[in-house]
Amino acid sequence: MNSSIPAIDVRGLHKSYGDKLVLDGIDLNVAEGTIFALLGPNGAGKTTAVQILSTLITADAGEIRVAGHDLHSDPEAVRAAIGVTGQFSAVDGLLTGEENLIMMADLYHLGRGEGRRRAAELLAQFDLAEAGKKLAMTYSGGMKRRLDLAMTLVGSPRIIFLDEPTTGLDPRSRHSMWQLIRELVAGGVTVLLTTQYLDEADQLADQIAVLDHGKLVAQGTPEQLKRLAPGGHIRLRFNAPEEFALAGQVLPTAGRDDDALVLQVPNDGSVHSLRALLARIDDASLEVDELTVHTPDLDDVFFAVTGQPTTNATTDTDEKATSK
Amino acid sequence: MSTVSYPMADTATMLRRNLRHAQRYPGLSLGALGMPVIMLLLFGLVFGDTFSAGIGGGSGFDYIDFLTPGILLMSIASGTMSPAVGAAMDMSEGIVARFRTMAIFRPAVLAGHVLGNVIVTTVSLALVVGFAMLLGFRPTASLGDWLLASGLLVALTFALTWFAIALGLKSKTAEGASNIVLPISLLLPFLSTTFIPLASMPSGIRWFAEYQPFTVIIDTLRHLLLGMPMDSGNGWLSIAWCVAIAIVGYAWAQKSYNKGTAA
Repeated sequence: MNSSIPAIDVRGLHKSYGDKLVLDGIDLNVAEGTIFALLGPNGAGKTTAVQILSTLITADAGEIRVAGHDLHSDPEAVRAAIGVTGQFSAVDGLLTGEENLIMMADLYHLGRGEGRRRAAELLAQFDLAEAGKKLAMTYSGGMKRRLDLAMTLVGSPRIIFLDEPTTGLDPRSRHSMWQLIRELVAGGVTVLLTTQYLDEADQLADQIAVLDHGKLVAQGTPEQLKRLAPGGHIRLRFNAPEEFALAGQVLPTAGRDDDALVLQVPNDGSVHSLRALLARIDDASLEVDELTVHTPDLDDVFFAVTGQPTTNATTDTDEKATSK
Repeated sequence: MSTVSYPMADTATMLRRNLRHAQRYPGLSLGALGMPVIMLLLFGLVFGDTFSAGIGGGSGFDYIDFLTPGILLMSIASGTMSPAVGAAMDMSEGIVARFRTMAIFRPAVLAGHVLGNVIVTTVSLALVVGFAMLLGFRPTASLGDWLLASGLLVALTFALTWFAIALGLKSKTAEGASNIVLPISLLLPFLSTTFIPLASMPSGIRWFAEYQPFTVIIDTLRHLLLGMPMDSGNGWLSIAWCVAIAIVGYAWAQKSYNKGTAA
């Protein structure tokens, strides 16, 4: 594929169900060999967007090119270039893991020997070699998700759609899924994933588009998006009210929470500014109970661009707590 | 640019999938076999003499001979529940969404269900014939008659299965699918000449029974297997019914399956 052609190019994508507008003029451009995250809360239209781009449902309006093929006029060519792992498990529960993979190999017409070889290779790669002879219905959630992704990879697609690939997974399975996705992209594959987890988009994506109520409200690299959000701060918590009062005088620019005895000192989180702050704390002999560095994360971004917090629990990957 | 299509290979892959399902989850297929066998026992052994006398059968008239062709159609009819439920379950799970985003021969997924059911039903038809013979079924057919009769049974299975799958796709759940095929699996066999001849039916039911496909096909089978007399033209009418049901079922099922997707 020519690298000057974007893997996915979408202009003016519209979709409504009845009078409910689900996607309201989406433009996306995904470069080949990158990870693109479509980020948004439940009901934002993420799944609908993936279903349209993967030929499962049709759009009401919009120009869509996937792998250089016009999706409207040549969906079969698009289908031949993509792999899709949907939100709901797309494995056949009454077949074993190995049989599921061989079925996919047959559908990609790999030939009997090559199909078996590919199935064995993927079972090993996805840590399913032992479970390969068991029915997929007996698999755990994480195993099913891995098998699901392995099935998507049987045909070595150049573009992969992952709809909420880690929703419902435990932290360990989630991290191994992230690792698998990174390895795929290292091999030159393009990934478009949807997620409602801000840390996931931050961890994986080269480009993030924030989707809210069917509209793209922000788009850019994780760094660019973070710049949209208000700056970071250092959070200082105190045990004693008198210490808190004193600190308020020493650090007059800090935001105050008098009930929790917490000060929020504007700070970019760099070592230099942190050292300067610690020096002032030492000079005043302040007894700080807890110090937390808070760099702006995508939660802040989401709040900044939509005016609403995400519905999910906040993430803590960007917070490094240091207790005294 | 268009992609190469592999209709045979893709259908064969889907057929393998469905045969594995039938093998691992035999409940539905065996359940479908249960009803015709129970009917054979009940009507062949328990009610047989009374029915036989009631419809004016004298000596030389064996009710089990009269009964068996209809029971074969009942096996086909009750066998349609399994693919209807299977197709409905498929649609409610992610696996079909996956298939629909792949460059595979479009009708392959449903064709796999149909061919799988044709094979399973053929096995149960052979079992029903064997069982009927144990109970005294004595067909007089030549090899050619057997082949024609088998061809007709397979054609009807193929046609009814497409139709049942179309019905199954209309319902969103497995339970819905098993209910929606009941008219096929109950109404058609019971309101036909399976158990009693047309002449002994009340007029309303008789009108329905006379013009519905099962009666015509049962007549044709009785003619082929037992040499019983039949209206000329019933053979062709049987084939016409199978073709018509197959075409309507296939078109309807494909339409439901492809609904809303990029074509």
